[in-house]
Amino acid sequence: MRKHSSPRLLARTIALAAGAAMALAGCSAGSLGSSSGDGVLLTFLVSSNQSTVSAAEALAEAFMQQNPDITVEVETRPGGSEGDNIVKTRLATGDMSEVFLYNSGSLFQAIGPEQNLTPVTDQPWVGALEENFKRVVSVGDQVYGAPFGPQLTGAVLYNKRIYADLGLEVPRTWDEFMANNTAIKAAGIDPVIQTYGDTYTSQLFVLGDFHNVAAAEPDFAERYTAGEAKFATSPAALKGWQHLQELHDLGYYNEDFPTAKMEEGMRKLGDGEGAHYPMLSNGISALAVASPEGATDIGIFPIPGDDPARNGLTVWSPDGVYIPKTTEGAELEAAKRLLAFIASPAGCAAQAAGSMPTGPYAVDGCTLPADVLPATKDFQTYYDAGAYSPALEFLSPIKGPALEQITVEVGSGIRSAVDGAALYDEDVRKQALQLGLPGWD
Amino acid sequence: MTLTTTTSAAAPPGAAAAPPAGRRPRSPYPTWFYLPAAILYTIFFLVPTFASFYFSLTRWSLFEFEFIGLENFVQFFREPALVTGLTNTIIYGVVTSGLKVVLGLLFGVLLTSQIIARGFLRSVVFFPVLVSTIGVGITFQVLMDPFGGPINEALAAIGIPGPGWLTDPSLALLSVALVDVWKGVGLATVIYMAGIVSIPQEYFEAARVDGAGPLHQFRHVLLPLARPATVTVIILSLIGGLRSFDLIWAMTRGGPGFTSDVIASVIYKQYQAGFYGLSTAGNVLLFVLVTAIVLPLSRFLNRKEVEL
Repeated sequence: MRKHSSPRLLARTIALAAGAAMALAGCSAGSLGSSSGDGVLLTFLVSSNQSTVSAAEALAEAFMQQNPDITVEVETRPGGSEGDNIVKTRLATGDMSEVFLYNSGSLFQAIGPEQNLTPVTDQPWVGALEENFKRVVSVGDQVYGAPFGPQLTGAVLYNKRIYADLGLEVPRTWDEFMANNTAIKAAGIDPVIQTYGDTYTSQLFVLGDFHNVAAAEPDFAERYTAGEAKFATSPAALKGWQHLQELHDLGYYNEDFPTAKMEEGMRKLGDGEGAHYPMLSNGISALAVASPEGATDIGIFPIPGDDPARNGLTVWSPDGVYIPKTTEGAELEAAKRLLAFIASPAGCAAQAAGSMPTGPYAVDGCTLPADVLPATKDFQTYYDAGAYSPALEFLSPIKGPALEQITVEVGSGIRSAVDGAALYDEDVRKQALQLGLPGWD
Repeated sequence: MTLTTTTSAAAPPGAAAAPPAGRRPRSPYPTWFYLPAAILYTIFFLVPTFASFYFSLTRWSLFEFEFIGLENFVQFFREPALVTGLTNTIIYGVVTSGLKVVLGLLFGVLLTSQIIARGFLRSVVFFPVLVSTIGVGITFQVLMDPFGGPINEALAAIGIPGPGWLTDPSLALLSVALVDVWKGVGLATVIYMAGIVSIPQEYFEAARVDGAGPLHQFRHVLLPLARPATVTVIILSLIGGLRSFDLIWAMTRGGPGFTSDVIASVIYKQYQAGFYGLSTAGNVLLFVLVTAIVLPLSRFLNRKEVEL
């Protein structure tokens, strides 16, 4: 027996030693961080998108100047669904950074805010938040986030030079839009740019059409969440899918639409090779890089619907900055100060200095710099006129994950609009079941 | 079982501690020698495997899970992408495996014969195996671009309009399969070369004496005697093809739309979408599928080898 027990003891000792070493390593990293220059260290996790990182770094810099006792370090993670999984995993294992950036709306609901995040409802700046944003970072009556970056819209970016040359007017209905396309095609220019090399860009005709859906069926979002309204059977919601197919069938897309990427689409638009490009307004920063000279010719108009009187933009709320429950004590205080700074005009100005904003901020009192591009100014004009409504993913927790593949199929002529919408309804059902929503079993 | 019997038969008959027939022979090592391996195996293989069987029966959001019985499997079979995925997986597995056998054999014969620069050519064939799959995928994505990609430019130069290799729904999967073959044929070739080299030269000499030409030698001497190599290549490349994911993901992401989706990419997309329980259920099914195809095949091929 002795012979057996002593090696076991040895193994135990080794395991203990290894465990202790790991624990020590973990501790020292933490204590080193918080004791540097008797200040507090905050790590700020953001997605690795270039304009986000520049804005975050400029923000951290400005904040540290005001608060010399706090150090903010920007850490990056991949974006998209890979980033979703990183955020979920780090929250689930209690390994999240002190503050982090993440989507608002349906994706925010999926990270278990009540279990994982510290509410900031009692903070004074919450009153200055734009109403839609406040709603999409809330669960029940608790608010969890501060807005980072400008609001977005999903709309048609168009080349004003081509419009002037051909004597066209900004369309307020789909029929006017199609008439413009005919004239543009006749002039030898691609009427509509599509870029399925970046599949997410294919969703705009469906997602960006929601202002029109809501205008025709005001209760669509509620009934959709309850499993009663479907894309395939609601005439208004099916329109976006039909538009996508119609434009493909008429040959209105650029020839290389199956492989072109978003930057290439922006270059075509700026250089006047294509007239319209339905995209998210944050693409404007890519436009400024891809076609620096052409960028000043680009404007924005809402995806047109049937009723010219109710023409308006579909708006996406910005991402939020959240504090996980694992942030405590002095770090929690510092994190709250950082959030307060982000949700203040000084915070907006600091972000704008790092990265040119592409839309209005979601904080009262924040203004855009005077030198923003014309497309951003157009967005602000519609916004100030109140001609906008939030996108579906901010009114309902359900967004089917396969939408971009389905819209690629419809836009490429592989699947018909009705089939595509029905397939997406099936995808939506799966998401609703995963979320455990009532009325879907 | 066979292994144990052989060992006990080979044990010295005079050994006093020889166990009665049917019992395991006493190992020369004390039991605790197995402990480190057993612990590692349990922690890293057994626990995750059984945990994944359990989680495939739950609706799981990483933060909490709810037991829902077989609903994930029901949902997975309702998946519209599943049928395409399943067909594509089998097409992909069979095409890559078949081409690797044929090309690997031809290259194997070529590179074991007396040709100039044999060593160099051997390295050239094997080289793609060493390159990162993702790198290969991205490179070929550029080469196969129908708008200004080098392959179609070259075809256009000789007057052939090149197809949309990765954008034509009916071609995308086959294009990826071809790249997979290009990348993997080196390994098949090496296995064949080893198999061919190990055939004693006497058989070829005897065949030559009997008046067999090169074709006869290939058909009746080389092919049957290289059978173990063929079996290895088929099994390895079929398993690889059935569970292949990285190259498809790098080149088409299952697109355009869902047209080049295989089971593994369907599962990955579900995992990305946050359907953790559902994607775990998909993995359990993939495991069953690969086993169901490969196990009988391997039994069959190996039995034939013994009878030969």
